[in-house]
Formats: sequence, C-alpha cells, structure tokens
Amino acid sequence: MPTVSVGRDRLYAALKRQYSQEEFEDLCFSYGIELDDVTTEKAIVRKEKHLEEESDEDEEVIFKIEVPANRYDLLCLEGLAQALRVFCETQEIPAYRLADISKDSMLKMHVKPETSLIRPYIVCAILRGLKFDKARYNSFIDLQDKLHQNICRRRTLVAIGTHDLDTLEGPFTYEALPPSSINFTPLKQEKSFRADELMEFYKSDLKLKKFLHIIEDSPVFPVIYDRKRTVLSLPPIINGAHSAITLETKNVFIECTATDLTKAKIVLNTMVTTFSEYCENQFVIEPVEVISSDGKSNIYPDLSVYNMEVSLSYITGLIGVPLEAEEVTGLLNRMQLSARKSVSDNKQCNIVVSVPPTRSDILHPCDVMEDVAIAYGFNAVKDKAIEDNKGSKRLAASLTLLPLNELSDLIRNEVATSGFTEVLTFILCSYKENFSMLNREDDKSTAVIIGNPRSSDFEAVRTSLMPGMLKTVAHNKDHAKPIKIFEVGDIALLDDTKDVGARNCRQLGALYCGANAGFEIIHGLVDRIMEKTGISFVSPGDGTGYYIERSDEPEFLPGRQARIICRGKHIGTFGIVHPQVLNNFDIPDPCSFVELNIESFL
Amino acid sequence: MAEEAVLSYLEQNQQISDSGQFAAERGIDHNEIVNVIKSLHGFRYVDAEDIKRETWVLTDEGKTYAAAGSPEVQLFLAIPPEGISREELQKKLDPSAFKIGCAQAAKNKWVEMGKQVISRKVQHVDDRVKDLLLQIQEGKVISADDIKALKARKLIVPQTWKGYSVKKGPNYAPKRKKVVTDLTRDNLQSGEWKESEFKEYNYSAKGQPLECGNLHPLLKVRYQLKKIFLSMGFEEMPTNNFVESSFWNFDALFQPQQHPARDSHDTFFLNAPKTTKELPEDYVQRVKQVHESGGYGSRGYNYDWKRDEANKNLLRTHTTAVSSRMLYLLAQKPFSPKKYFSIDRVFRNEAVDRTHLAEFHQIEGLVCDRGLTLCDLIGVLHDFFSRMGMTKLRFKPAYNPYTEPSMEIFSYHEGFKKWVEVGNSGMFRPEMLLPMGLPEDVRVIAWGLSLERPTMILYGIDNIRDLFGHKVDLGLIKKNSICRLGID
Repeated sequence: MPTVSVGRDRLYAALKRQYSQEEFEDLCFSYGIELDDVTTEKAIVRKEKHLEEESDEDEEVIFKIEVPANRYDLLCLEGLAQALRVFCETQEIPAYRLADISKDSMLKMHVKPETSLIRPYIVCAILRGLKFDKARYNSFIDLQDKLHQNICRRRTLVAIGTHDLDTLEGPFTYEALPPSSINFTPLKQEKSFRADELMEFYKSDLKLKKFLHIIEDSPVFPVIYDRKRTVLSLPPIINGAHSAITLETKNVFIECTATDLTKAKIVLNTMVTTFSEYCENQFVIEPVEVISSDGKSNIYPDLSVYNMEVSLSYITGLIGVPLEAEEVTGLLNRMQLSARKSVSDNKQCNIVVSVPPTRSDILHPCDVMEDVAIAYGFNAVKDKAIEDNKGSKRLAASLTLLPLNELSDLIRNEVATSGFTEVLTFILCSYKENFSMLNREDDKSTAVIIGNPRSSDFEAVRTSLMPGMLKTVAHNKDHAKPIKIFEVGDIALLDDTKDVGARNCRQLGALYCGANAGFEIIHGLVDRIMEKTGISFVSPGDGTGYYIERSDEPEFLPGRQARIICRGKHIGTFGIVHPQVLNNFDIPDPCSFVELNIESFL
Repeated sequence: MAEEAVLSYLEQNQQISDSGQFAAERGIDHNEIVNVIKSLHGFRYVDAEDIKRETWVLTDEGKTYAAAGSPEVQLFLAIPPEGISREELQKKLDPSAFKIGCAQAAKNKWVEMGKQVISRKVQHVDDRVKDLLLQIQEGKVISADDIKALKARKLIVPQTWKGYSVKKGPNYAPKRKKVVTDLTRDNLQSGEWKESEFKEYNYSAKGQPLECGNLHPLLKVRYQLKKIFLSMGFEEMPTNNFVESSFWNFDALFQPQQHPARDSHDTFFLNAPKTTKELPEDYVQRVKQVHESGGYGSRGYNYDWKRDEANKNLLRTHTTAVSSRMLYLLAQKPFSPKKYFSIDRVFRNEAVDRTHLAEFHQIEGLVCDRGLTLCDLIGVLHDFFSRMGMTKLRFKPAYNPYTEPSMEIFSYHEGFKKWVEVGNSGMFRPEMLLPMGLPEDVRVIAWGLSLERPTMILYGIDNIRDLFGHKVDLGLIKKNSICRLGID
C-alpha cells in the first residue's frame, strides 16, 4: 500500500482542528487509512546517514500515512485533508467544473500520427491563478512522484509533465521524432543535449536511469513542442528547463502522455482536482482541446460525473443492517459520493449516486455499498452482528473430510510415535541442492523451475524432501545423536496431463543420523509404516503387498539401498546416504534416508 | 561385621565417642568403620558427628624400617664380633641402609669405624626406632622428643585424622533392613520387598529424559485450527497444487493485469512449466470482458486484457487461487451452499527477514451462500477468532481488488497492550463471482491470515526462521509444548 508523508501541523491546519495522536489514529482507522509512522524530516535524514543525534524540539513532525492502493485521490495532503473533512462533515463535497470558455479560445494540442509508434495518448489541462507556497509546491511535486510510482507503473503507463504556461505559447504539438533530431536543455541542466546523447547521459543518473528502458530502443522518441518549437518535455523521461514551474508560477499546464488512456485520464483528473483547491476560482479547471491526426477532437479533462443507480435493498441486503434511504444518502455524502433517493415505477427505492472524477475506484454498486458500510462503521456492524448472534451456526454446513490430508495426519502421528521428530522445511531450494548436490542429473523432465528468483535459494521447487532434511541435519550438528527426523509434505513434478503442466505429490521422508548409518532402523520404519497402513510383506513379484529390491540411485551408497514396491508400484526408495552427498551438505556423520509417496495408500 | 559391631554396641551403650579407638579396640580397619557409619547415618540409623585429630603416619621409608628394622641396627647386626672390612660390610647391606646405618651407628657410638676394620663397640643394641615406628603404626602415643627425632629423619609425617562420634539415630534398629532403590521383579517375586526399605528419593532432581518422537510446532497449530474449522462446519479444500496459472491466481479474482502484485518482484513466475495449457474458454471470455469493459453492473477497468498474461504460470501467491477454482466448479452445478477452508503453503518473491519468508502458510476460510451480508462476515469472524482466543476485535476498511467491502481484522493483544493486525477479510466482488456463473444472490464471504504469525505470538518466537525451515533447532521442536488453541 502506498504511503504518503504529510506534515502534522499542516494537516491539522487543513482539517481545521487539533487531534491527539490517538484521536487521529482512530479517525484514520475508521476511514480505512493508517498512521504508519510518526517522524521528522531530520530524523529521516539521520536514519539514512546512520547518525545518532539528539532531536530538536522544533523539528516539524511528519506523519506517514498508508492509503489504499486504489485511492489515487488520497496520495497527497490536499486530497487526504479534503476526504477527511468531508468524512467529518466539516466540508461539502466539492463540485469540480470546467472553465466556461469557448472552443475557439481553448489551448490546443495537436497529436502527430507517429506518436502511435511509441506512446499514443496525451491528455492535458490548465490550472489558472494557482497560488504556490513552499509547502504546496512540494506537495505538487510529491503527488506526481506518488502517481508515477503507483497507477503510472513507474511511468510505463502514464507520465506527467507540468509547465509554467506563461513561458510557453500555444498551440502545442505532440510528436514522435528520431532522437538525433531532438535538441533541448532538460530540467536541472545548463546546456542543451541531443535526445540520444541525453539518454546516454542519464545512464548514470540514479533517479532517471530506471525509466530509460521505456523508450530507449524505439526509433522515435515522444516529444512535446510549443508554437516556437520550445521543447516542453521528452516523456516519460524529463521536462524541458525552459518551462519549469517555480514558486512564482501562476498558470500551470499539465500534460499526461500514456500507453493506457483510461489511466491517463485518471491521473490528469487526480492532478487537477486536487490542486484546483488553490486556484483563483476554486475547483474550476481550464480545458485543453486535444486534436488527433485524423482531426478528431477531445476536450480534457473529462470531469463528467458518473451516475450509478443502486437499489436500497441491494445495499442493506449486503450489509445486513436495515437502513433508511435518507441515512444511506447521508453516509454516502460523507464518502464524497453525492447521493439522492429516487423511487422507480415499481416502487423500488433506489439511491442515485454521482461518482465524482476523483473516485475512479467506484466500479460497481458493491463499491457504493462498501462506502455506506465504512461511513456507518464496520465496528457498528460488528455490534449488530454479535447482537444478532450471527456466528457460523446460521450458515449451512457441508462437512466432508479431505482424504489425502487426513491420511497425512494419521501417518505423521504414526511416524512420530515411532520416535521420530517432525521437521517442516522449505519447498523452494536451489537448483544445485535439488540435483548436483544429491549426485543427480537434471533430465529436464521433473523439476518446476522459477524464472525470476531473488536469490539462489529459490531457483527450483523441490522434487524430493531430501535436500531440506539434509540441510536440517547440517544445521543441527551439535544435537545429540542419533538424530531421527521426518517430514510429510508436498513436492512438485512436471506433468503434461495437468492443465498447468505440473502436479504436487505428497511424500513422507525420514532420516536417521548417528554413529552408524542405521540402515536397518530406516528399513524397520518402512516395515512399520506398511504394517500400520495395512499392507503386508510379500515375496518379490507378488502384487498384493509390498516387497523391497535392490536399487541403484546415485544419492545412496551402492549395495545399501532398496526400492519399495507396493502393490506392483515403485513408491519410494531408502538407503544409506552416499558419502559424497553427505560431504556436499557438510554432514560429518553417516545417515540413512527413506522417501516414499503416500498417495498410493489412499 | 563392622556394621554389626556398631549397631550392637549402640544397643547397649549411649555412644561411640571415637570411631578410631572403637576400630582399634576391635581390630577392625578404621576405613571400614567409617564407611559403615556414613551409610548408617544416611539412613538415619545413627547420628554421627565429625571429630578430627592431628596424628602421625609412617613415610615409605618409615614403613620399611618398621618391618625390617632400622638401618643402624641392620648394620650393627651385620658386623661379626671380630669386625669386618668396609668392603665386606658394604656387600652385606643395601647401599642406602649402609650409608644411613653407618652415620646413625657412629652417632650412637655403637661401632668403631676403623680404617681397615669396622667393629662393634657395644655387645648388644635395642632397635628403639623400629619399636617407636611400630607404636605409631598402631596409633599409640609417643613422647614429643621421639616424634621430633623421627620427623627429622623423615620417617613420619603429620596427617589429619578424621573419625566420628556416633549415637543412635531416629531410625535406629539393632539390625539394618535391606535398602533398595526400586521395586524389581526379583524383590517383588521373592517377597523381599516387604523387608526392604526404599532409599530416600531425590525429590529435587528431574526424572530421566525420554527418547521420543515429536510433531512440529507449526503443524500442531495447524491441526488445532483445522479442528476449529471442522467444528464450525467447514470443509477442507484440496490445495495440493503449488503451480498455478496467472488466470486462476489473479485474473479470475478481478485483479487487473497491471496490478503491482503481478510484478516479478512480488511473484515467482516459472521457466518450466512456463505457461498453462488449458483454461475454460467461455469463462475466460467472460473474465476478459469484465476486466476490459465491465458488465454485471460494473464499469470494468477499461484496459486491453491480454491472454498471454493470464497464461503465465507461477507459484500460487495465495490459496485464494484454489478458492477461485472451487467456486468456479461450484457454479457449474445446481447451487448448494458451501463452507470451505484450507491451510497450506503460498509463495512470495519478497525480501526475507525476521518476520517474512519467501514461503509461508495461509489460512483461508470462506462461506458461499445466498443472501450473505457483511453482518454474517463479521459474525463468522467473531466466532472464528473467539475460538482462537481473540475476543476483542475491530475492523478497518482496506483495499483488495477482489473483495468489497474489504476489512483488515485487528485484535487487542493483552500482552502487547495494543491492537495487532491478525487477518484480512471481505466479500468477493460480483465481477469475480458472476462471470463464474454463480446465481446473482449468491455471495461469498472470506477471510485469510498466516499460520506463522499467530504461532509466533502463541509460542513467543520473534524470528520466523526459528519456527520454520531447515535452520530450526531440533531441540526446540522436542521441547515445544502442546497447542491448546480452540480448547482454552
């Protein structure tokens, strides 16, 4: 979940009241955000530099607040404060609207057809008469960062550029040109770069280098020009220095270039709605006309309200608490959703909800229902639930036991009562541990292989319980001998007959380690398991019970190993672990090991 | 014999005032008497008090002389009346006896050490040294001057003598009962146990350690949780499929394809088997549509849904992948309500630390029925967590792509004196359920939590690697107490 850092004092000022930390935490909790950490700017710096200095009393306290991943409107102080003010009923839901200007006087953005090769969409808007101060300016920059990190998927889907409109002259063009033909001075630089050289230059830039891959290999780079061929930006990498916004900037031009139009619109709406609060005409946004190469025209931002009609019975039926229509509309208003009651022809009482452009998370009536429940209070619902005694009793029972898991538990108990101690090891292991360290070769027909392991510990899904159990012995060298351990767990094997191409197998593994290898003890355990599962010892070739025969597996010592044949099927192998394998796992004492598949006992 | 002597003496007499004297009078070795006294004292037949004395004992040299006579006497006796040459005399004695004998005999003026001949000066000598040594050996007292002389010749050394004075003890009897430490087949069958006395048991020591098998702590907790689910009427889902397609793990759950959880730094994608081979095609079409343009009352996510993305195989990131398969199967038949649970392994490609591993166990419960409400969800959560001993709960709104409402569950921990997050819950979205073909009024309430976290809190473990994996100390598994979850 994204975390937003906001100054406590600024936040309380925006909320128009003081809170104790506990009160504020409770407010967050009931709204569904979380006060994750309380710190100061200097403390963050100290932590980064590992300094141990005393804190000053006058340091500004910073709240780190976790917000839900689908609430882009809460990614900055302005949005958070507004949501909480509306929730606490100290502010009306704002009504955002477009400035009333004729289409002719609108700023225009012309889109060239080549942009479809690399980054086809652009949406724009203007905030007029904006009043920045240091804090607002920082928040404006931070919001772009947060959006880039989250919904924009690190600028791959959407990239935002903001400009001082007074330094530019419309109309603008959005083009895609060969890198060698783009020249401009980028933000924070003194000299002009050619775009391909700039990419090279940024390879050593810690912040920007991770975005280069988005356009690097393309023959054309997206670029935005004004009427005088001033470069506004080279999305999604960097803006031009010329149009950089400053604390003095009054009129801000915002452009979002994208590979996903829906997300671009959400990002633009989030930017403009949040900061229109500081405009000369509060909540009024000046539109921009985007004209595509085929002449189609679109006006952005799209602030249209989406109307959703939800029946009252749907809402109360899902929450399980009876509510009147007026109560529901009141609760929805606190969640920034304007709602009114309407009665349809068939006397069904409906709630008409106007979903504002800030609430892209509302997809379905169930989202409306949730907001009613949040505003009503989950914990108020809890009191009701306990009062009504809505435990599991009311709900239908459908009990049957799962045979494989029941059998596993029964076998685990038998092995434990035979004197073995249960271990629980990891399913993931390194490729080496699964093959070469067991003297095994990979014929590529067994193991599930992970494509993106974070470390060598997670390269393969085990095809045997053996590596995990050997590692357990290696890590318990000081434990009194003999060591007798077992595990019942799943391995995975490639299997063409399954939809996903692999299946699990439930295995039993047991290991003895002592002054001698204890081959007969492991053999004895095999007999005991068979006895307990009701399978009798028969002579070789007899398909009614089990017998053992000489085997030749590389992980075991030749001549001291056997395969277990149960009702004609090879279900497992046991033997003295090969000294080379013991050495590979750094085990100084002799061991015997058995592994068998228990699904055959079902 | 020594024991009999002590016990019978005490039958007639008040006390034995000195065990050394007692032993000497009866010609019994004092060590033997001491052992008997210690043993009788242990069983409280007698009360014994320590006594200590400084005494003298013979050195090895002294012992030799006590037996063979002093070297001066040996020398004297070796000289015939007519005298003897030094060489001849030397041959008759061992070198040290000759050397010391010469010096002492000369000192005593017993012999004339002539140049040619050594001859007697007196006719008869007494071996007083030997007599004194024998007296000391017998524990008799000799004069201080004699002691000084013998000590100077290194024939005796001082020793602290330890003995006892002994009286009747509280358990006194003229004859000791037989003492045994255990009831054995022999003394049981012979009836000897009746005459036997059982040695006092050491109540401050622990018993003998046992050799035994043990179950793993985490799986003991899993077993109790399974019982809680079973007693609430829940049925276990088969979760033995680690490899899953992105479709069942994400798409079927209305999790959009650009969702961060689908990034490679959160999920293990596979090289083998790389992609899934089959999916139910008509259902895939409905899922695609609900993602792209909505339907079933939803606006959808409005993006270009890609089949390739859904085909990618992975290690399941949650057991909800199994729930989605189970609900889909349920939808293919005439509807009947279900209560399902599972507890099994899930995988996350995340950084590993004290509380996070790349694999852990997820507990999941879900109820599928007509007309379920948020109230039902909270009610069933309250029931479930109460059985786990968590009665104080509160719920925080949260976001999860496939549930609406979504609630994080917090429980007040009396030990930590704070609210701790114990799980996640919600009602599955219509965009997930309706494309499967479930009837419109069927709703699913579900919750999940990890098995490791409550186990760590329960057993006070603060590093997950001490609980799970190959680095766990086998000693801790053996010591781990029973899990009372669900019965307290």
